[in-house]
Formats: sequence, structure tokens, C-alpha cells
Amino acid sequence: MEYLIGIQGPDFVLVAADNVAASSILQMKHDYDKMFKLSEKILLLCVGEAGDTVQFAEYIQKNVQLYKMRNGYELSPSAAANFTRKNLADYLRSRTPYHVNLLLAGYDDADGPGLYYMDHLSSLAKAPFAAHGYGAFLTLSILDQHYRPDLTREEAVDLLKKCIEELNKRFILNLPSFTVRLIDKEGIHDLETLTSGAK
Amino acid sequence: MALEDICGFTDTPVHAKWFPTSLFEDSISSIHLTDNCTFGLRKPKKSEGNGGIPMDFFIPTLPNSASFNHRPLPSPPAKYSAMVRRPFPLSHGTTTLGFVFQGGVIAAADTRASITPIHSHLVVTSSGSGADCMLWERILAREIRLYQLRHRRRLSICGTAKLLSFMLHPFKGTEVCVALTLCGWDKGVTAATNSGPKLIYVCSDGARLQGDVFSVGSGSPYAYGVLDRELRWCLSKEEAISLAREAVFRATHRDAYSGNNVDLFHITAQGWIGYMYYYRTGALFLCCL
Repeated sequence: MEYLIGIQGPDFVLVAADNVAASSILQMKHDYDKMFKLSEKILLLCVGEAGDTVQFAEYIQKNVQLYKMRNGYELSPSAAANFTRKNLADYLRSRTPYHVNLLLAGYDDADGPGLYYMDHLSSLAKAPFAAHGYGAFLTLSILDQHYRPDLTREEAVDLLKKCIEELNKRFILNLPSFTVRLIDKEGIHDLETLTSGAK
Repeated sequence: MALEDICGFTDTPVHAKWFPTSLFEDSISSIHLTDNCTFGLRKPKKSEGNGGIPMDFFIPTLPNSASFNHRPLPSPPAKYSAMVRRPFPLSHGTTTLGFVFQGGVIAAADTRASITPIHSHLVVTSSGSGADCMLWERILAREIRLYQLRHRRRLSICGTAKLLSFMLHPFKGTEVCVALTLCGWDKGVTAATNSGPKLIYVCSDGARLQGDVFSVGSGSPYAYGVLDRELRWCLSKEEAISLAREAVFRATHRDAYSGNNVDLFHITAQGWIGYMYYYRTGALFLCCL
């Protein structure tokens, strides 16, 4: 139902998420933002079970900010990803596991851009491109075919548009609009919301 | 319930037994929310002071049903089964709706659901389990009144929704079934974007959504059908009320689980006014300004 996608370039990460907040068969909101800003250069995209997403993502968000307040410097994307994974893993075998699928995208001043894929079983993988949701089945092959490590920003946005076109063509559910953001050494930038579906 | 805080019940060892914090590993217990003002001076009451009678005998029954029965929660945890538990998705037998327009917020429901005022500028429509909704509305009213007394200002609607959502989170996966729409008006909030009409949907699954129009319950798709076509920001007050009544009426006609008459509340900067409509003729029943 929900869709997340991330594409890493040589000096940026492009991420997009759909804007639908659903409850059974209804779209309750058409402009829901699934991205959580962990720090100036890290975004956490979170989908999954209704309350778990916000609870878990806000918990991680506040803890990352607390780390910065206590220690005077921010967690790197790699450290934040591992911290998130550890929390997911700790709750996995408790009586209240969090059923969430995540993408963490960030830019480290030392290591450059990074995209981390995490799922509800708390696996973690650093990947050049990744997607979550049923839409991932339709779009990962497109990413496999057209992705190159030296993509420019425009080419990455074009690749994203190709993926969304495919969703509109073949995916049974209507995902009319997507929030798109780009992270580079200057920080997080909002790009134009991609709207498609019935024009 | 405020009595239990004044009596220092929350510090007793029995309280720790009845509400073990290990049950709520991932968030705060609703009872401990009211502990903000202990000054660290209270000590747990020892049974010696009562002539050796265990404290258990003095404890009144408490409404928190999740820990009351001490039934072991079904394993594996109902978190996963919550997604496949019901054979059909909509199980709240009511129709409620709320929307924001230029004249404030309208909240409407069939009389099987209920709309309860929490304070002069906040009204809550409820669906789901009636008993759960009554309890959680009462708990919410208590908590925001306590906040107002402690901080000398009223909690914003967004804050109220977040508080309610965090209180409900420990009960996710249990049988608690509550879907509330908070309809209110923020007054005197300093940030310019934050004041004015607000509409927020909170449910026991954990969802918390702010928006301009929500309809909740088994009749909600029918109500959306009417609302989505006609709803505009620039409606007049009479048009908005008539639209809300029309939407609830159409839903009660089609939905087997909704019915009776329409209750409607209109919230403005001055407070809420309630209208109860019987036999689809207008009747001003009660108001509060």
C-alpha cells in the first residue's frame, strides 16, 4: 500500500515517499509526510503499522537529538542506522514488536552519502538504491537496469519519475502524489511534489 | 481518579504490583502521567503503619482493565494478529464526521455514536467500543484539566491529541477499540500557524492524523461520498450544517450499523454550540459559549 524509494548518487541521496495515510479501504489523508528529520542531514522514512510508525520514528528522532545535546556533535548516518536497527532488534522478541519498514538516508561529511535499508525483522543493509512496499516489486528491476553510481541529480529524479510512471501504470492502488527530498552536503532540500495518477 | 494521586497511591508498592512498568516497556503508563508534581518527598507506605494489614485490602477497584484482570496476553503478541484479526475491515458500528471550514469546525454523528464536549473549545466524536470511548474521554478530560491547572494555560489541540495517542499506545494489540476525532479551536497559542480550527483523528491502533475532513465508522465511506463532492472552505454556516446532516443521513440510510438521528456540534472561537436534530427538522437543543 505504501511506497518508499531511495537512490544514492555520488554526492547526494534522493528519497521519495507516497502521501497517503490509509485506514482500511479509505484514504484518510492525501498529504501525509512519512519522512522524519533526524538531524540536519539525516532523514528517516518510515512505513508500516499505523501507530508503530510514528511512535518508533519519533522515538529514534528524539534520541538522536538527545545524543547531539549530550555530546555536542551529531550522530553519523551509519551510527544512526545502527542505533535504529538495534532498537528494532531489541523490541523484536518482546511482547510489543514494532512492525515498521524503514529507509534511512543521510550525508556524512566524512564518508559522503549513505542509504540504509531496514525492515521489520531488523535487518540492515547499506544499498545504492532501495524501495519498500508492494511498489518495490514493480520498480526494483527498473532501478537495477538504469542505475549507475555516477548519476547526476537530474538523472536521479528522472529515474524516480520512471519508477512512479510504472506504479501508475501497473499498481492496483492509486498513489496520487509523492513527497521528494534530496540530501547533500548542504542539508535536506525539498523538491517538487510529484503528482500523477488521474490528471 | 484524582484522589489516587492526592492519597499518594501511585507511590505504594501495591501500585507497582498492579501497574508494573514492565508491561509498558516502550512508553509511559497512563497512570504515571499524573506524577509530574511529586517533589520526591513521598515514600512508599509500609504495611506496618496499618497494624500489619496488607495494603491490598484498602485498594479500591480501578478502571484500568488491561492490568486489572492480569490475564496473560495472548502469545504471540496480538500486534501481528491485529492485522488479520477481523474478517472485514470496518467494525465500528456508527458514522461520525468532522470538517473544517471558514466558520470553524463542524462535528456530526448519528446518535449511536456520541459527541462529548471536553472543554469549552474541544469536542470529541467517538466510535468503536462505547465503554472504551467513555473511559478514554474521561481520562483525557482529566489529564488536560490537570495540565491546565499545573501550567496555567490550556493544552493545544495538537498536544491533546499527542497525549491521548501516547496514553493509548500501551493498549495497542489488546481489545481496546477507540477511534476519536478531536474537533476544536486553539485560542491564544503564540505560533501563528497553530491557532484556529483544528481537526485531529486519534485511534487505538496508534494513528494520529491532522486534517480538514475526517469521517470514522462503518458508515464513513458513504459519508465521504457526500462530503467529498460538496465540501468547500467557503461554505456558510447554514450550508455547512446542512451538508453535515446530509452526509450523516445518507450514511445512516445505507449502513446497517448506523441510524437514529443526527447530533451536530459547531465549534468557533467563542466555543461550541450543539444541535440535536430529530426527524430531520432543526431543533436547537443545548448550547455552551
